[in-house]
Amino acid sequence: MTPDLECSALTKRFDQSLAVDDVSFSVPPGSFFSILGPSGCGKTTIMRMIAGFLPPTSGDIRIKGKSVLDVPPNKRPVNMVFQHLALFPMMNIADNIGYGLRRKGMAKTEITRKVGEVLDRIGLPDIANRKVDELSGGQKQRVAIARCMVLEPDVLLLDEPLGALDLKLREHMKIELKALQAAFDTTFVYITHDQSEALVMSDQIAVMNAGRFEQIGTAQELYYRPDTAFVAGFVGDSNRWAGKVETVEGGTLALRTDGGLLMRATAHERPLATGDRAEIFVRPEAIRLARSDADLAHFDNRLSGQVTSLLFNGAASRILVQSTQGGPEIEVTLPQSGEFSDVGRGNAVHIGWSGDQSNCFALRGAA
Amino acid sequence: MQAGTRLGFILLLTPLLLWLTLLIIIPHIDMLLLSLRERVGVGQYATSPANYLTFFGEPLYLRTFMRTAVMSVLATVITLLIAFPVSFYIAKIAKGRVQSSLFLLCLVPFWVSELVRTFGWMILLRETGLISTLLQYLGLASGPVEMLYNDAAMMVGLVYTSMLFMVVPLVTTLESLDDAVIEAGYDLGGSGISVLREIIIPHATPGIVSGSIVVFMLSLGNYLTPTMLGGKDSLWFTELIYSQFIVRFNWELGAAFGFMLLILSSVIVWGMLRVTGQTLEKTMG
Repeated sequence: MTPDLECSALTKRFDQSLAVDDVSFSVPPGSFFSILGPSGCGKTTIMRMIAGFLPPTSGDIRIKGKSVLDVPPNKRPVNMVFQHLALFPMMNIADNIGYGLRRKGMAKTEITRKVGEVLDRIGLPDIANRKVDELSGGQKQRVAIARCMVLEPDVLLLDEPLGALDLKLREHMKIELKALQAAFDTTFVYITHDQSEALVMSDQIAVMNAGRFEQIGTAQELYYRPDTAFVAGFVGDSNRWAGKVETVEGGTLALRTDGGLLMRATAHERPLATGDRAEIFVRPEAIRLARSDADLAHFDNRLSGQVTSLLFNGAASRILVQSTQGGPEIEVTLPQSGEFSDVGRGNAVHIGWSGDQSNCFALRGAA
Repeated sequence: MQAGTRLGFILLLTPLLLWLTLLIIIPHIDMLLLSLRERVGVGQYATSPANYLTFFGEPLYLRTFMRTAVMSVLATVITLLIAFPVSFYIAKIAKGRVQSSLFLLCLVPFWVSELVRTFGWMILLRETGLISTLLQYLGLASGPVEMLYNDAAMMVGLVYTSMLFMVVPLVTTLESLDDAVIEAGYDLGGSGISVLREIIIPHATPGIVSGSIVVFMLSLGNYLTPTMLGGKDSLWFTELIYSQFIVRFNWELGAAFGFMLLILSSVIVWGMLRVTGQTLEKTMG
């Protein structure tokens, strides 16, 4: 099947700086593809090139197999939901949604019918005659999507559209966006710096840093098996140590951190040799908490220490543990089964994790 | 505390009230009374609409009146047509230093008096002026060309004089238009013309209307430019008022003329607001 959107060796150079550096990816039809990266990594530049507002320095963009480099933005079969939505404040909702259809020269009655249909679909059938500033944030969001979807584009681009919403609404809109994407069965390309938005909604995520794609994969792949240290650090939270590989035996390696802790980890087929400088990442929820060392006997990494602080945040509560063997504090997720509800500052605890759960990467530029 | 607030309110209001009553309301009441007075003998006056009847009875007055109105509207339209692309460039296309220096360039001519600016145009346009000499030098004209003292010269002067008052409100409203809204217009299939018509102009309407009102009023009430650049055939209504007051010493007729001008500008501004669906608060606030 031809992918809906395909970018090959896409590059954009602004004067001195390379904003997008040789990026290639393809998005299969009907999928939700996200580009996740910190601000300034070049993700908006990619989106503007796909929409047609910026010409790429080199490389190609194909939509449904056809190159669109020579097609101006108003003729491309892609539409964009802007960061601040960019609804037309001078028009009412029906005119906003009907704008693109009017541009296509569609008959008035047909436009009214289509606008009515799409308003039904986004669950707001009665707002056709309202003004833009009479709508709530979530309603505007849905109208902005409807305004694009009514044109039946091959690809819908979304440029951090949830950024301006408050937290509760954002959580709600994540689910709603996913449902809308399924309902319209259109390819969505979504850019965001918020990892939770990307992880919750996407079929595929590309993690971008400094103009390049670090890794493309499903949410699970990125989270559990990151390809690079950047992905491991950017997606989700991690405890992070730098150290030196002491031994490599089969797939298992032992690493001595700069703080003096000895850790065992699985190499996951990453090229690491004895003596390499490396970084190790362990997720707080991969670490088990116990009252006695015996409970952790089956883990190959075990430490004991003292709780230095409790970071209570409901289901995502954590504690910081200072190991008796030194090194920086370790973040550990607090189990919510009630067993450790009395843990507080100063308590002695034992922690352990399986080396299989950690990820090691050779430190770049280190000998 | 309550008394203090009251005192502050009164103190703040006093200059405004003084300004309104002393400079606007009282003179206008006096002018109205003056215009409704007819001299029946030496030092003897009677109330009558005679001055207004003179105005409507004399074709020169009426024609000058209408001509002034039409020319002012024309000057406003030309100013708008020139100022809109200029403002769009300043507000949306130029960035940073270029933007502020372009804006400054529009302002610079207003550092000198209107009189000096008009003389500048005379230097350019007169028979022995720059343009005439240049045309002769290039062999495009066989003799001196007189470009002064006609409607075109006057129109150039009026447009030049009012340009800034159109550019400022237009730049302000255009700057408030989010670039993404224009991009969204293109993204959803709009062409340059349809984006201009459906998005940019509707957004800029308050600026267009407020700029047009100011330019129209300035042109209508302009005295200097028509007098200096316009010829004998380009009589401006303000010149008639001037001659009644100063030359003929007929204050009664002059006052009636003044009132007709006030009514004219009020009617046209009201009409302009009605046509564009704007209100005075929206455009001036």
